[in-house]
Amino acid sequence: MPEKLNKRSIKKNHLVLYLLMVPGLLYILVNNYLPMAGVFIAFKKINYALGIFKSQWVGFRNFKFLFATPDAWIITRNTVVYNVVFLIMETVFGIAVAIMLADMRNQRLARFSQSALILPDLISMVICSYIAFAFLSQENGMLNNTILPFFGLQPVSWYAEKGPWPVILSVVYLWLNIGTTAIIYLSSIVGINKALYESAELDGATRWQQITRITIPCIKPTIVTMLLLSTGTLFYSNFGLFYLIPQNSGMIHDVTATYDTYVYNALMKSNNIGMAAAAGLFQSVVGFILVLIANKITAKVDEDNALF
Amino acid sequence: MITKQERRYQHGITATIMILVVLTLSPFVLLLMSSISSESSLIRNGYQFWPQTFSLDAYKYILRNSDTILKAYGLTIATTAVGTLMSLFLTITLAYPLSRKSLKGRNVITFLIFFTMLFHGGVVPSYILWARYLRIKNTFWALVLPNLLINPFHLILMKNYFEHSIPNEIMEAAELDGAGPVGILSYVVLPMGKPIIATVAMFTILTYWNDWTNALYFVSDSKLWSLQILLQNILNNVQFLSKNSQVTSQIGMSVTNIPSVSVRMAIAVLGVLPILILFPFFQKYIVKGISLGAVKE
Repeated sequence: MPEKLNKRSIKKNHLVLYLLMVPGLLYILVNNYLPMAGVFIAFKKINYALGIFKSQWVGFRNFKFLFATPDAWIITRNTVVYNVVFLIMETVFGIAVAIMLADMRNQRLARFSQSALILPDLISMVICSYIAFAFLSQENGMLNNTILPFFGLQPVSWYAEKGPWPVILSVVYLWLNIGTTAIIYLSSIVGINKALYESAELDGATRWQQITRITIPCIKPTIVTMLLLSTGTLFYSNFGLFYLIPQNSGMIHDVTATYDTYVYNALMKSNNIGMAAAAGLFQSVVGFILVLIANKITAKVDEDNALF
Repeated sequence: MITKQERRYQHGITATIMILVVLTLSPFVLLLMSSISSESSLIRNGYQFWPQTFSLDAYKYILRNSDTILKAYGLTIATTAVGTLMSLFLTITLAYPLSRKSLKGRNVITFLIFFTMLFHGGVVPSYILWARYLRIKNTFWALVLPNLLINPFHLILMKNYFEHSIPNEIMEAAELDGAGPVGILSYVVLPMGKPIIATVAMFTILTYWNDWTNALYFVSDSKLWSLQILLQNILNNVQFLSKNSQVTSQIGMSVTNIPSVSVRMAIAVLGVLPILILFPFFQKYIVKGISLGAVKE
C-alpha cells in the first residue's frame, strides 16, 4: 500500500474537483457577474431595436434627470429613514426577546415560542399583504369594522391616507423579523460562559446588572456584525414590504416609495429604462462604498469584528 | 433556591413572551377565520376573529372553480421541486471542492462568490439579460433560473460545514483507499453533511414556494401564473372582480355569485397551508440555520 497518493492521482483528483465546480461557477458568472458588467446601461439611452451595445451613450444624463425629479428625494429619504428605524427597533427588541428566551426557566416553552415567532418570516409577502388587507380593507377590514368603532372613531381609508403608513410598515416589519433577529442574538447569548453569571450572582448583582455588564458586552461582536451587514443594505429595501403591503397605491406613494419600488415601476410600468438603471446603479455603488467604509472603521476599532 | 425576586422576573418574562406569541400568531387566525366566515357576516361585520356565522362556501366555490388554482398549485410544486433539486446540485458541487484545503485557487473563487453579496449589478441589467438575451420570458424556466438557484450565503455556510464539521482524516482515508472526489462526495460528504444539506434544502424549498418576483418580472401569460402571483393578481384586481368581466375571465372565475370577500382569504389560506402543515417538521432546521448564520467563520 502506498503511504501517500502519487502526484499523478492528486493531479487527476484536482482536475475532477475543478470540473465539479463548472456548472455552479457558470451560473454565478451568468447570474451575478454579467449583470455587473451591464452597469454601463445606466450611461446609455437604451433602444431595444438597436440593442444595448449599439444604443447611444448619454454620459450622466440619466442620473441628472433622476436627481432632478422630486421622486429622487422621496425614495432616498424613505429608503434610508425606514432602514434606520427598522434597524434600531429590530436590534433593541430582538436583543430584549433573546434575553427573555434565554432566561426562561421553562425551556420547552421558550423553544415553542421561538418557533412561533419565526413563522411570519417563512410565509410569502403576498400572503402577508392578504393579512394586512384583512386588517386594513376599507369596507371589510377589522380596523374599520371592529377596532375603530370600539373606540368610537371614524373609519379610515387606509390605502389612501399617508399618515399611518410609517407605523403600519414598521409594525409589519417587526412582525416579520423579530423572531429571526431574536434567534440570532439568542444563539450568541447561549454561548456565554455560565460561570460569569454565577459569580455575578454571588456578588449580589441584579438581573439588570447582569444584562448590562455581562450579556450585552459578550454579544457585542454579533451586534457589530449585524450592524455592519445592515450598512451595506442601507439603500436597499424589502421590495415586497413596500410594493405589496401598500398595494402600490399611488395616493400613499410619498411615504411608501423606495429605491426598489421606483426601479420596478420605472422599468416595468413606465418603461423608463435609463432612470431605472441609474437608480439601481446608484443603490449598488453607494451600498458597496458604505460597507467598505463601515468595515474599515470596524477593523480600526476592533479587528476581530471586521467582515473581511 | 428561587428568590422572590427571581420568581417575579420569571413570571414577567414568561407573560411578555406569551403576549408576543399571541400577537404574532393572531393574524394567521384572522386569515383562517375570515376564510370560513359566511359572506353575509363578512359584509356586515368585516373580517373577524370569531365570525357571527360560519360557512364553507368559499372553499366550495374554489372546488367548483378549481381549474386555475389547481394549475397554479401544480406549477408551484413543479417549480419548487425542480428549483430545489437544481439548486442543491449546483450548491453542493461548488461547496465541496471549495471545502478541500489542498485545492489551488479556492480562496480566490470563494472571495469571488462572497463578493456577489457585497456588490450587485442591479435589477435592470439582470432583467435585460434574462428577458432580452436569454429569452426566458413566459417560459417555465423564468420561475426557476433567475437569482434563486445559488444563494451565496447558503453556499458559504455549506462550504464551512464541509470544511470544519467533517473530519479531514475520514476524507484522507477514503482517498488512500482509492476513492476519487466523486466517491468521497457521495460516500463521505453527502451522508456526513446531511444536517447542513437538509437545512439549506428547507430554506430553498421556502424560497421557491414563496417567490413571486420572478413571475412579476418575467411572466405575463396567465397560464404560467404560480400560486403566489395568482394570489397577487387576485388581490390587485379586487376592485374589478365584480365589475370587470375581462379580468375575472382571465383569472378563470365566473363573475356571478362570487363570495368574493371570503374567497380571497380562502385562496390565501390554501397558499400558506402547506407551510403551516410542514412547519412543525422543519422548524428545527430553520432555527438551526438561522443560528448557523449568526456564527461567523
